[in-house]
Amino acid sequence: MITIQELNKNYGKLQVLKSIQLNFLQGRSYAIMGPNGSGKTTLIKSILGLVIPNSGSIQVKGKSIHNDWKYRSHIGYMPQIGHYPDQMCIGQLFDMMKDLRNDFTNVDEDLIREFKLDQIKDKRMHTLSGGTRQKVSAALAFLFRPPILVLDEPTAGLDPMAAEALKEKIVLESTNERTFLITSHVLSDLDDLTSELVYLNEGSILFNDSIDMLKELTGEQKLSRAVASIIRNIPISMQTV
Amino acid sequence: MIKIGKYILYDMVRNRFVMAYTFFLLLVTLSMFSLDSDPGKSTISLMNIVLLVVPLVSIVFTTIHFYNSYEFMEMLLAQPVHRKTIYFAEYLSVSIALSVAFLSGVALPLCVFNFNESTLYLILIGVMLTFIFVALAFAASVATRDKARAIGIALLFWFYFAIIYDGLVLYIIYTFSDYPMEKVTLSLVSLNPIDLARIVILLKLDVSAMMGYTGAFYQNFFGSGGGIIYSLLIMIVWILLPLLIAHRKFCLKDI
Amino acid sequence: MRLVLFIGFLLLVANLMANTLEVSATSKWKTIRSAISAAAKGDTVRILPGTYREGNLVIQKSITLLGVNYPIVDGENKFELFTIAANHVSVIGIRMINTGVGSINDISAINAIESDDLRVLNNQFENTFFGIHLANSSHTRIEGNVLHSNAQAEHQIGNGIHAWKCDSIRIENNQVSGHRDGIYFEFVTNSVVQHNNSHHNMRYGLHFMFSHNDVYQYNTFKSNGAGVAVMYTKGVTMRHNQFIDNWGSSSYGLLLKDIRDSHITQNRFDKNTIAIYMEGCSRSKFESNTFHENGWAVKVQSNCDGNVFIKNNFLSNTFDMATNGTLVLNTVDANYWDKYRGYDLNKDQIGDVPFHPVNLYSMIIEKMPSSVMLWRSFLVYMLDRSEEVIPSITPEELKDNHPAMRSYPLL
Repeated sequence: MITIQELNKNYGKLQVLKSIQLNFLQGRSYAIMGPNGSGKTTLIKSILGLVIPNSGSIQVKGKSIHNDWKYRSHIGYMPQIGHYPDQMCIGQLFDMMKDLRNDFTNVDEDLIREFKLDQIKDKRMHTLSGGTRQKVSAALAFLFRPPILVLDEPTAGLDPMAAEALKEKIVLESTNERTFLITSHVLSDLDDLTSELVYLNEGSILFNDSIDMLKELTGEQKLSRAVASIIRNIPISMQTV
Repeated sequence: MIKIGKYILYDMVRNRFVMAYTFFLLLVTLSMFSLDSDPGKSTISLMNIVLLVVPLVSIVFTTIHFYNSYEFMEMLLAQPVHRKTIYFAEYLSVSIALSVAFLSGVALPLCVFNFNESTLYLILIGVMLTFIFVALAFAASVATRDKARAIGIALLFWFYFAIIYDGLVLYIIYTFSDYPMEKVTLSLVSLNPIDLARIVILLKLDVSAMMGYTGAFYQNFFGSGGGIIYSLLIMIVWILLPLLIAHRKFCLKDI
Repeated sequence: MRLVLFIGFLLLVANLMANTLEVSATSKWKTIRSAISAAAKGDTVRILPGTYREGNLVIQKSITLLGVNYPIVDGENKFELFTIAANHVSVIGIRMINTGVGSINDISAINAIESDDLRVLNNQFENTFFGIHLANSSHTRIEGNVLHSNAQAEHQIGNGIHAWKCDSIRIENNQVSGHRDGIYFEFVTNSVVQHNNSHHNMRYGLHFMFSHNDVYQYNTFKSNGAGVAVMYTKGVTMRHNQFIDNWGSSSYGLLLKDIRDSHITQNRFDKNTIAIYMEGCSRSKFESNTFHENGWAVKVQSNCDGNVFIKNNFLSNTFDMATNGTLVLNTVDANYWDKYRGYDLNKDQIGDVPFHPVNLYSMIIEKMPSSVMLWRSFLVYMLDRSEEVIPSITPEELKDNHPAMRSYPLL
């Protein structure tokens, strides 16, 4: 689904991604993990075309994303923090998004109903709580039934009920056609939702295989412990504070 | 572009700051006309306000707005939309919103109190300056990731065009005061949209007689149809130049 | 008393002896020319209504031409109308139109050469090259005439009332418009110009040089191409005149060049580009004038000295005073300045701190004319404000030590 080759990105002298080679396959769910500043967000933003890499290539569905924007119709993106124009109503936001892809009619409004967003569609964005805005972001990500879903910290800021509803939705949508890329600090979430793990550290991939393999390698049954044991195995010099 | 612009514009015109700006301009315009019985004089006083306040508000507000809508732009950029589209939608909607504020704050009362050719120019030039300084604000905003620094650059732009540049001009005129400077000052005028705006309005206000030989020279130049087209073209260049430079940077920028 | 009676008697006799010759299509005299040639000294030629096209009429005897209901004397755009070369001639109530146009000769409606005691009263002049042209003619009275021409350019037209080498003439209640100069004096002395209205002339409303000891009062000079210019003269008295709307890049309310020992008092200057421009003027007094809404109220070149500005009103002018030098040889005192921001603690209606009427930017413009491109810019505003607080470039000594707190009740 997504093929990344020799991806390099640096901000000034700071090299954020170092020769990343990745292959996200159709029908799999990937957890992208790593300490703060390891390059997770940069990697995601590179896939979305928000960050322009210095070298290397990214292909989505076999086509290079360089100088292309149409490929983004295959991607649903839920950002870590969603900010929307203050005076815009929820309803308008959804209308605008639908306007942008007016060729797409079979929208998925499950989450809108689930989060009861349709009942507050006249509320202005600046009146919403952070959690409600996250609900809006989540609903938007799923709206166009995209084959690729990129969720950046999806459950952060959501109340337990909503988080559970979102997780259910993710599980429900995890079919053979879909690819999920999820970053989270809540390891228990990832345990349930993903089958594969990409672990980044200082811009390099430390681990890229299935979670089952990870557990087997480390002999741990819980993802959190398994991850902790990867971190232990890194040489001290490579660890970031 | 129109689709996105429509929604952003809708958001902008209900922005509290834009409303306050409209109200401020309205208050200034009305008080100018109630304080001075001579409408020509009020137009001059109003011109001073317009030349100072419109660029300042345009550039500072736009810079702040750009950073406030950073996450939203990020969100939009993750959609199947061209960057160019989002950029120009943002630019147009901010410019139009501020122009609407200017038009309802200044142009509307002007049309009621004192509508003539010079006020028409004042209105036209106010809108032009709005578009120019919004474009400059975009240039300042894409230059850096840091909001505070961008506002600093924006203020510097304003300070430069409103004051520093005139100081430099005065210094140049002083240094070369023994030479005929009319053509030189004419090109110096073109290099600063605020100066150009001021001179075009002053020449329309029948005070050109006070500007001596230089004024006559300017009147000759700007009074003709060619001069008007020239000044409009220069203004448009002042819109396009920062806008397109910023556009290039925006398209290559990491959001 | 007896003498007066005797003179009165003589005049009566003279009147009784004088004949009246009537001119009209149906009278004995069909033409003015024939009547003039038939008239004797002291006779009156009475011209009845009609249009008379008789070319140039030369008057060489002391007679009166009296028009009834404005008979029209038409020069057919070819001729001078009346050439007067005698003393004690009167021209009254005639409408003179369409004189010829001359680039070498000063073709006029009335051309008086060495004519003493000429009276030109209540005539109308329409489309004349020169209206009234006086040379070497003294004790002339020109009153109640209306002169109007429609020239498009300065070189296509002569002056309205033109006087050269005259003495003791009196110009009163005339209206002059559309000529080159409304009233033009050269070597005219001891004369009075009053209650005239000179407006919309191509060049100057009033223009004189080498004309000493004349009085100009209660005149209005409005919307003339270049305002009023007076030069090379001493002992001018100008009072109660109005200088209005002389607006243009080379237009002056009153341009004074080499004027000495004169009095300019109680005049009003309204909406002129430069109300008073002075060059090489000495020892003149400017008192109780009002300057209102002018570009510059007073522009004094540095070659002026000993002039006094006292008790004038300066209201709503862009610049109150400008000068191109730093030497201060003129006095400014007790004027009212609407730009004055001082205070008056002892309530004597005199400001306690001096006022500096010359602002920085007006100095800058004088020295560097192209800096006018910065006019009304924020920078200039700030420069002027800072200069007001700490004068450094503007002449420190040029100041009004007793600025009035209230404007004077003037014209």
